[in-house]
Amino acid sequence: MTESFSQYGAYWMCFLVLTVGLYGMLMKRDYVKKVIALSIFQAAIILFFVIAAYKEGAGVPIFDKEIGAETAAAYINPLPHTLMLTAIVVGVATVGMALALLIRIRRGFGTLDEDKLKEKMKS
Amino acid sequence: MSSHLPLPVLLTFFGAALFMPLAGLVHRRAPWVVAVAGSLLAGGFALFGLLHVAGHGEVRYSVGNWDPPFGIELVADPLSVFMLVVLAVIAAATLIHSREPVEREVAARPALYYASALIMLGGFAGIVSTGDLFNLYVFLEIAALASYALLGANGPRSAVAAFRYLILGTIGASFYLIGVGFIFIETGSLNIADVRAIIEVVGLTVPIGVGAAFMVAGIAVKFALVPFHQWLPDAYTEAPSSSTALVAPIGTKVAAYVLIRLMLDLFPGERIESALHLREILGVLGAIGILWGSIMAIPQTNLKRMLAYSSVAQVGYIALGIGLGTAYGLIGAVLHILNHACMKSCLFLVSSNLETKGRGVKIGDFDASLRRDMPVSSAAFAVAALSMIGLPPTAGFFSKWYLLLGSYEEGRWFFIATIIASSLLNAVYFFRILERMYLGGGDEPARRERTRGAALLATPAAALAVGLLLLGFGNAYLVSEFIFPIVSGP
Amino acid sequence: MPADPSTTSILPLVAILVSMLVVPAILLSGRRPNLREGWTFAAAGVKFVCVLLLLPAALRGASTSLTLFELAPGVGLSLVADPLGVYFALVASGLWIVTSVYSIGYMRGHGEKKQTRFFASFALSLSATLGVAFAGNLLTFILFYELLTLATYPLVVHKESPQALRSARMYLAYALTAGLLLVVAAGWIFARTGTLDFAPGGIIAEGVFSDGELKVLFMLLITGVGVKAGIMPLHSWLPAAMVAPTPVSALLHAVAVVKSGAFGILRVVGFIFGPALMSGQGLDVILAGFAGATILLASIIALRQDNLKKRLAYSTIGHLSYIALGAALLAPGALTGSILHLSAHAVMKITLFFCAGAIQVHAHRSEISSFNGLGRAMPWTFGAFAIGSLGLAGIPPVNGFISKWWLCLGSLESGRDIALGVFLLSGLLNAAYFFPIVIRAFFLPPDAAGDAHPVRGEASPWMVAPLCVTATLAVVFGLFPDFPLPFFELAKGIVQSIVAGSSPSPAG
Repeated sequence: MTESFSQYGAYWMCFLVLTVGLYGMLMKRDYVKKVIALSIFQAAIILFFVIAAYKEGAGVPIFDKEIGAETAAAYINPLPHTLMLTAIVVGVATVGMALALLIRIRRGFGTLDEDKLKEKMKS
Repeated sequence: MSSHLPLPVLLTFFGAALFMPLAGLVHRRAPWVVAVAGSLLAGGFALFGLLHVAGHGEVRYSVGNWDPPFGIELVADPLSVFMLVVLAVIAAATLIHSREPVEREVAARPALYYASALIMLGGFAGIVSTGDLFNLYVFLEIAALASYALLGANGPRSAVAAFRYLILGTIGASFYLIGVGFIFIETGSLNIADVRAIIEVVGLTVPIGVGAAFMVAGIAVKFALVPFHQWLPDAYTEAPSSSTALVAPIGTKVAAYVLIRLMLDLFPGERIESALHLREILGVLGAIGILWGSIMAIPQTNLKRMLAYSSVAQVGYIALGIGLGTAYGLIGAVLHILNHACMKSCLFLVSSNLETKGRGVKIGDFDASLRRDMPVSSAAFAVAALSMIGLPPTAGFFSKWYLLLGSYEEGRWFFIATIIASSLLNAVYFFRILERMYLGGGDEPARRERTRGAALLATPAAALAVGLLLLGFGNAYLVSEFIFPIVSGP
Repeated sequence: MPADPSTTSILPLVAILVSMLVVPAILLSGRRPNLREGWTFAAAGVKFVCVLLLLPAALRGASTSLTLFELAPGVGLSLVADPLGVYFALVASGLWIVTSVYSIGYMRGHGEKKQTRFFASFALSLSATLGVAFAGNLLTFILFYELLTLATYPLVVHKESPQALRSARMYLAYALTAGLLLVVAAGWIFARTGTLDFAPGGIIAEGVFSDGELKVLFMLLITGVGVKAGIMPLHSWLPAAMVAPTPVSALLHAVAVVKSGAFGILRVVGFIFGPALMSGQGLDVILAGFAGATILLASIIALRQDNLKKRLAYSTIGHLSYIALGAALLAPGALTGSILHLSAHAVMKITLFFCAGAIQVHAHRSEISSFNGLGRAMPWTFGAFAIGSLGLAGIPPVNGFISKWWLCLGSLESGRDIALGVFLLSGLLNAAYFFPIVIRAFFLPPDAAGDAHPVRGEASPWMVAPLCVTATLAVVFGLFPDFPLPFFELAKGIVQSIVAGSSPSPAG
C-alpha cells in the first residue's frame, strides 16, 4: 500500500477528488451543489489524463533544437492534453446545460432543494 | 462516394441542424420541413451504406487524411451501417409525426427544438460511425447534451427529470472516459482496431481490466441497465411526447451498440471474460432488468411511465443476448435493437398522438371511444403490443426466439425462465390497455372533430406497425444477409 | 415408409388465406348484413373445395406441400397438407359451412350486437385452424396456434359483460401460457436436433435428450397443446368460455379450437416423439394417466351441471381426452379410433351445441331443469339432440360407436385393459348425463313456471336445418364410415404411416 502510494500518489489524490465529486453529485440535496460537484468530478478526470501524460524529467512537447526529434522520451505525451482540451469544452457545455435547467426549475418551483421539489411535484 | 461512406449520414444530420436557425426565420413550419428532409436524406444514405457494406465489405475513412492510429477513423462496417439505418428510420418516422405535437408542446421556438433533435441524431450517428474511443466519448456527450435539452423542454417538471438524467448521464459518460484513460495509459492508442491488436499482444493487464470495467459500467448507465435505470422512467414520462418518441427508441439502443462494440471488438475472447466476467454480469443484470421492468410496468397508471418501465425490461433482453455471447445470443441482441426500436417508437408515437389529441395518457381514462376516434393509432398500438408480448409472426417473437436458442446452447435455464415470465408479464400490462381500448364501454357517439395534421400523426405509427409484421416475416432474410455478418466478424 | 411422394401446390395456402382475405370485405360490408354473410359463405365454400381438392393425394398417402420462405434460419413457413392435416381440415372447413348458416339464424334471432366483428373473427379463426392443420413444422404450428388464440379472443369476449371479460382474460392467460411453453419446447428441440419438421414416426432420435430431459420436454409440449385440448387440470377456461355466443361454442369450442389441441397431441405423439420413443420412455403412461382421469372426472362433473352449455363443455373435455388416451395407447387400433373420434365427436357435439343454441334463442332456456316438455314443441331439435346423445354414449348406429369400437379394440391390442374400462365406464356416464335431458324434454309435462312463456313450434329454419344436417351426418357416418367422405380410409393411412415411420427396423 505505502509503496503503491509513493509510486502512484498523484493517481490516489486524483481518485480522492473524483470520489468527492461523485459523492456530491449523488448525495447533495441542493441542485447547485450537485452542479459544483459535477465540476469537481470532471476536473478530477482531467487531472487523471494529465497525470498519465506526465514523465519524470521530460519537458513540454514543443520541439527543442537541443533535444531533437529522435529522443521522444524527453517530451511529455501531448495527446492527453489535447484530449482534455476537448473534455473541458464538453464539461463547460454540460455545466451550462445544467444551469439552464436549474433556472427553469427555479422559475417553476421557486426552489432548488430536492426534498422541497419532491413535495411540490407531488401536488 | 463509397470511400467516404461513413460521412454522409453524420454530415446530413449536423448540416440540417446548422440550417435550422435560418429556416426558423423563413417560415413557422420550415424547421419541420428541413428536419424531415434531413432525416429522409440520412435514411437514404444509411440504406445505401447498408447495401454497399453487405456487398463490398466494410469501409474505413480517415478524417482529415490523418491515418489511424494517429488520426480519427470513421468506420462503416456491418454493425454500424445497420445501426445507422435503424437510427434514420426511427428519426424519420418520429420527425414526420412531430409537427403537431411540437407546435402544441414547445410552441415557442420550433427551430431550436428541431436543431437539438438533429444534433442529437448527429451525435448518435457519430457514436455509431466512429472508430476512435475518445471521439466516441465526444459524440456521446454531444448526443446527451442535446437529449437533455429535448427531454427538459416541457416545463419545470420535465426540467427536474432532465437534470437528474444529466447528473447520472454525466457520471456514466465520465466513467466511460476514465476507462478510456486506463486503456490509453496501457496501450497508447485510442483507435478501436489498434487497441484490440495491442491487447491481443500484451494480454490482460490490470489497467486494461480496470478500464474495461469502467467503460462497461459507464455505458450501462446510458443503457439504463438495472440498477442504473432510475433516470429513465422520470425522464421519459415528463418529457414532451415528441421528445420521448424520439429519444426513447434510439437513445438506449445506441448505448447497446457501444456495449456490443466493446464486447465484440474491443474485449473479445475468453481471457478477459474469465477474469472479469463482464458478459456474465451483463447477462444476469439483463435478466434481472427484464423481470424488474416488467413487474414495475404493471401497476403504472400513466401510459408513458408504463412504456418507460417496459423499456427497462426490453433493454434487459439486449443485455441478455450480449451476455450469452454466442452467435444466436448476439443475433437476438442485434435483432432486438431493431425490433424494439420499431415497437417502442410505434407505442410512444401513439402515446404522443393521445396527448396531441388532448386525451391524456392516464390509463384509467382509456375506453372504446379511443378506437372509434383514432382507429389507425389504436390498431398500430395493438400490433406493437402483440409484438412486445412476443406473439408470432410479429417481430418481437423472433428476437426472443434467437435469445431462447442462445440460452439453450449455453444451457442457461434461468434466462429461459426469465424470457417466459416476462412474456406473460408483458401480456398482463398490454392486454389491460387493449381491453380498455377495444372493449371499455364508452358507447357515446364518436367525437368527429378534425385534428389538424391527423394523417401526419397516424401514418408513421401505422407504417411502423406494418413494418413490425414485415420484420417478423422477413427476419430470416435480415438475419442471414445483414446480422450474421455482424456476429461472425469480418 | 420412405419419404412421402410430395407435390408442391399453392392449394394449402389458398385454403388458409381465403377466409383471412375476406375479413376486410366483411368489415367493410358491416352495414349490409346480407352481403357480409355472402362473403362468409363464399369463403367457406372456396375453403371446403380447396380441402376437397387436396383429398385425393391424401388418400394415396401423399402430401401436398408449400414452403413459402424461411421464418427463421433453418425453419421455413411450411405448409404440408399431409393425410392427418387434410383430415382435420376436412372436418373444420366442412362444419364451417353448416355453422355459418346456423350463425345467421342465431345472431339475428338473438339480436346480437357487433355481428360484423363476430363474423370477421370467425373467418379469421378458421384461417388459423386450417393453418394449424397444414402446419408442416412446429414453429408454423405455433404461429397459427397463437393466431387462433387471438382470433377467438373477440368471440369469447363478444358480450362484453364483466363475466365475458373475466372468461376472456382466463382464456388468454391459459392459451398464451400454453403457446409460450410450446415456443420453449420448440426452441429446445431446434437447438438440439436442428429441425422442427413434423415427420410420421417422430423426429427425436434416441440419445439426443437425456431421459429426464425427454420427460420435461414431453410435459412442455403436452401442456402446450393440452390447454386447448382441455386436459385436466388445464381445462377450466373451456366451461368459462361458454359465455360466448353458441355458434362459437359449437364450432370453436367443440371443433376448431379444442380439436386443434387434440390434433396437436396427435402431432406431438405421432410426428415429434413417435410411438417407439414414447413407449420406450414411459411417456405414454403419463399421457394416458392424465387423459384417463380427465375422461372420468369430466363426465362426473358434467352430471352435476344444470346449465346445458356447461354440461356440454364438460362432456367435450371428456371426449377430447378420448383422443388423447387413444393416442397414448400407441396401438394402431387405438390411434385409428383416436383419429376417427376427432371427426365423430365434432359432428355429434356440434349437433348438441346447435340444439342448445336453438333452445336458448327460441325458448329462452339454458338450464336443463327447465326443459320439461320442450321436446313436444321442438321435436326436430330434440330429435337431433337424442341422436347426438346416443352417439356420444357410443351406441350404434351413430358414428360415435365406430370410433369407440376402435378405441376399445386398441385398448385390448395394447394390453391396457384399464383403458377399456375407462371407455366403457365413460359411455355409461355419458348416457347418465345426456339421456335424462331427452327424457325430460319428451316425457315430462311442461312446468307450471314455463306456462308464463309457452313455447310453440320450432326455432327458425336457419337453425333447425343445420342441426338436422349434422345429426343426419352423424348417422350416415355411423352406417358408412367412408361415405360421403372417406374418413376411415384416411385414418387407416395415417396410422400406417406413423407406425411405419416409427419402427424402421424389421423387428418393429
